[in-house]
Parts: sequence; structure tokens; C-alpha cells
Amino acid sequence: MTSLPTPQAGRKKLGLVIDLDTCVGCHACAVNCKEWNTGGHPGPLPDYDPYGAKPDGVWFNRIHTYEAGEGAAGRTVHFPRSCLHCDEPACVTVCPTGASYKRAEDGIVLVNPDLCIGCKLCSWACPYGAREFDEDEGVMKKCTLCIDRIYNETIPEAQRVPACVATCPAHARHFGDLGDPTSEVSDLVRSRGGYDLMPEMGYRPVNKYLPPRKHACSAPALPEPVANGTGVGERLLAWLDRALSA
Amino acid sequence: MTPALSVILFTTASGAGYGLLALLGLLAPFGLVPAAPWFGIASLVLALALVSAGLLASTLHLGHPERAWRAVSQWRSSWLAREGFSAVLTYLPALGFGATWFLARRVDPAAAALGALAAAGAVVTIFCTSMIYASLRPVRQWRNAYVTPSFFLLAGFSGALWLATLARAFHAAATLPTTLSSGLALLFGLAALAAKILYWRAIDRTPGASTAETATGLGHLGRVRALEAPHTEENYLMREMGFRIARKHARRLRALSVLVGFAAPLLLTIAALVLPALPALIAALAASLLALTGIFVERWLFFAEATHTVVLYYGRAA
Repeated sequence: MTSLPTPQAGRKKLGLVIDLDTCVGCHACAVNCKEWNTGGHPGPLPDYDPYGAKPDGVWFNRIHTYEAGEGAAGRTVHFPRSCLHCDEPACVTVCPTGASYKRAEDGIVLVNPDLCIGCKLCSWACPYGAREFDEDEGVMKKCTLCIDRIYNETIPEAQRVPACVATCPAHARHFGDLGDPTSEVSDLVRSRGGYDLMPEMGYRPVNKYLPPRKHACSAPALPEPVANGTGVGERLLAWLDRALSA
Repeated sequence: MTPALSVILFTTASGAGYGLLALLGLLAPFGLVPAAPWFGIASLVLALALVSAGLLASTLHLGHPERAWRAVSQWRSSWLAREGFSAVLTYLPALGFGATWFLARRVDPAAAALGALAAAGAVVTIFCTSMIYASLRPVRQWRNAYVTPSFFLLAGFSGALWLATLARAFHAAATLPTTLSSGLALLFGLAALAAKILYWRAIDRTPGASTAETATGLGHLGRVRALEAPHTEENYLMREMGFRIARKHARRLRALSVLVGFAAPLLLTIAALVLPALPALIAALAASLLALTGIFVERWLFFAEATHTVVLYYGRAA
């Protein structure tokens, strides 16, 4: 059913909090996501021409790198992009067949590949580019928040987090219940000023991004070369400085 | 957005078909169509053929065309499902309208009622088609106040041109004056042209609400520039939603669609009003075919000029 579940206060909203301050842009999340999911619930994830001139395929995680700001105040920011499991996911409501749905019990947005007709309208409706079409199967694919890991009782409890979160070497990805104000992820969002991507679209993403911390550029300035010292060494250095600057 | 040939064919053909069906259904109750059923049969066959060809074409871009029947189930939330649902339902009164007209050899009250229902179905279907696009927030050139009026006026224009052509072919002037059918085509054509010009002005002048800064949320640091892309080759997102058309080509194609789709059919329609019977019929037919060609170009541009917010992540404007 592509109508959305009726919102209720305190309902579980599983999602990710992504820390743009600590992300190092290593793409490990993307790779582990691809590895897990190609053998998991939405798999296989196709690769077209993998060893050829134009390799391409379906990935649920895409890691961009941006420069923000100018000069000394400018920053390089690595930016992982994946499904935000929105509260108002138009990708779900536009689906004509009921293949796309948002689960009432935890808010995860999924595609039923047996109902999908491959019209691609959901990918047009997503402002974030979270959905990628599987040309081999003729159906739409997307992040499942590793539904086959987080509820998987056959793997150790510590591993019951999405593959991207499990693998991140910088601990830049956090998984939890964003509908619970007392959860660790909600704490992070509050304390670090977590924010929504493109809030003007009105999709109300569940996933939040933590902004890069403000670093005062606190490295001490290099000392000026000594020009007018009185000691022999300082005079020698001053002479060297003049000779080399000439 | 990458122009999808099957969807362009669908919206162009079904627009003309539903336009013709709606006009027939609306004129019949007022006694403005000939009682002899051949005009009615030919018109309804043409209308439903255009609609059916369009609907079939639209299934060609699906990953699973054999599952297309599933696409009517979610009418409560999806404009695409509503479109499919109302397209299928409209066949019932349209076929009933033709059958009663043919059997009674006149438009009796039953045929008139079915005609009005078929017209309502056609109008609802065109509305749903336009809303598939007009409801998509990530594409500013589609979520635009001129989109729905344009779909209606272009359907009315191409439908009225075919109505005028058929009226001439079946010598229906006694009940459906050529000034009425051609007049409708002229009115719809001028209104549609005005809507398209206003649409083009609007998309040229209104920037999108979303930027690279809002897409990344990094605007507080300053201007955001893409430094490195996640992948070296084009992926699905770029192929489907990253279509780029050179501005100069867009301008030329706009001019072409105005000339072929509007100016030529409008002039031919006026010429048909003063020409003798056979040349007038040829002019009317040429006007109908040229308008379909011009609307095809217009619909191609409707896709090609549309930008999707996902390209913001790749350092492009949307």
C-alpha cells in the first residue's frame, strides 16, 4: 500500500546519523553496502561492464566530496549520500502498484520487487537520488537500512547494524531510533546540530547529517626569521636569510 | 530529465485522442453532431485508436510491461495509478456512446449521457496525466502552475483540429458548422500557445528553491563546489535525470514547436475556412498532423528542459 502510515508520536523511526566532521571519504561504507546487499535481501545488485571502459552498476551509497567556503575558511567535506527513509516519501506515494512502501513499525522505506513494474517514477520523485534502477531485473532498487542485518538473530548482536555503519573506520555513521528522543542518535543530533538535507522539499528525512565542527585554525604562526639578533648564530642566520631571499 | 520516447508518444497521442473524445461527448448532447453514425464511428475509432496506441506505447518503457495491469491499484495516493484507472474506466462510456449512437442512428438521451460521461473521463484522465508531472517537487520545470493548463489546452487544440478535419471529411457542416469546429481549434490553439509562452518565461526566470548549499546543508560554510564525484562513469541517476540540452538548441526547438505546432496549423485552419471543399479538407488534415508533430517536439522539450535536484549533488544547476 503506497499510502503512508499515519504518523504517531513516539513511533520508531530507524535511521542513520552521518557525521560530516569525521567522514574521511574512504568509500568503505559504499563498498561494504554493495558487498552485503548483493548477497542480501535486495540482491543481486547488478554491475554492467565491470571490467570494461565504462563500469556502472547499482549502489545504495554514493560518496561525494565538496569544497565549501573560500580561502582559509574553506573546508573539504566528504559527503555520503543514501536513502534518508523520509517521513513524507513521495517516492512511496507516487508508486502506482504498491511495490514501494513505508513500514509502519520502523519507518523503513522498501520496494517489493515482485510488484514493481519498473516505471521509474519513484526515482523521479526522490530529490536525493536514492533509488537506482536495476536494468537486469527491470525493477527499482534502494537502501533497505540492511533490514536483513538489523533484525537478524543469527548474527551476533553487535553486528545487527547496517553494513555501512558496521564498517565505517572513522565511526562517522550512527544507527538508531530517531523517533525516540532519548536514543543515542537523537542525543547526537541535539548536541551537534544535526540537520535535514533540502528541508525546502518537505520530505522530512529521518536520516540526519552532523555539520563539520568549527575549527579555529589554531596552529601557531611560524616565527619570523630572526633579522636583528646579537648572537653569532642569529647574525649568521640573518645573513643566510638575506642571502637566500635575494 | 531524459526524454522518454514512449511517454512522449503516449502524452501526445492520448492528449489528441482524449481531446477529440471530450469534444464529441460535449457537443453530442447539444445536437451538434450529425445523426448519421459514420461520422461518430470514425471519430470515436480515431479517438480511441490514438488513446490506445498511446497507452500501449507508455508500457514500452516499463521494466516489466507484463505487470502493467498492477498500475491501477494505488489510486488513493498515486497520480499514475489514477491516470491508469481513469483511462481504463473511460473506455466503458466511450464504447457505450459509440454503440448507442450507431444502433439508434441518432444521439438519443442514453447516447448523450454516455457521451457526457466519456467526456468527463477524458478530462479526468488528462488532469491525472498532467498531475504526474506537476506533483513532482524535485523537478521545478514540472511543478509549475502552467503545466496542467498546457496539457488541457494542447489536448483541446489537437482534438479540435481532428474534429474539424472529420467534420469536413464527412460533410457534417449542416449540424456541426465548420466555423464552430474550426473556431474551437483556433481558440484552443491561441490559448495553448499563450500558456506555453508563459510557461517558458516562467521556467527561464524562476530559479529553483534548492541549491548545492541546501542539498548538502553546507551553505553556512560558504559556497559549495563539487570536488570529486562518487563514480567515474555515468550511472543511472545521471542517465535518467542528468540530461542536458544546449540552450541554443532549446531556443531553436521552442521556435520549431511554435512554428510547426501552432503557427502553421492555425494559419491552415483559417485558410480552410475560405477554401473550397477538397483543398479545405487537405488543409485541415495537414493542420492536424502538423499540430501533432509540433506537440511531439514540445513534449520532448518538456522533458529535455526539465532539471532534477539530484544533479545538484554532481555540481550542476537544477
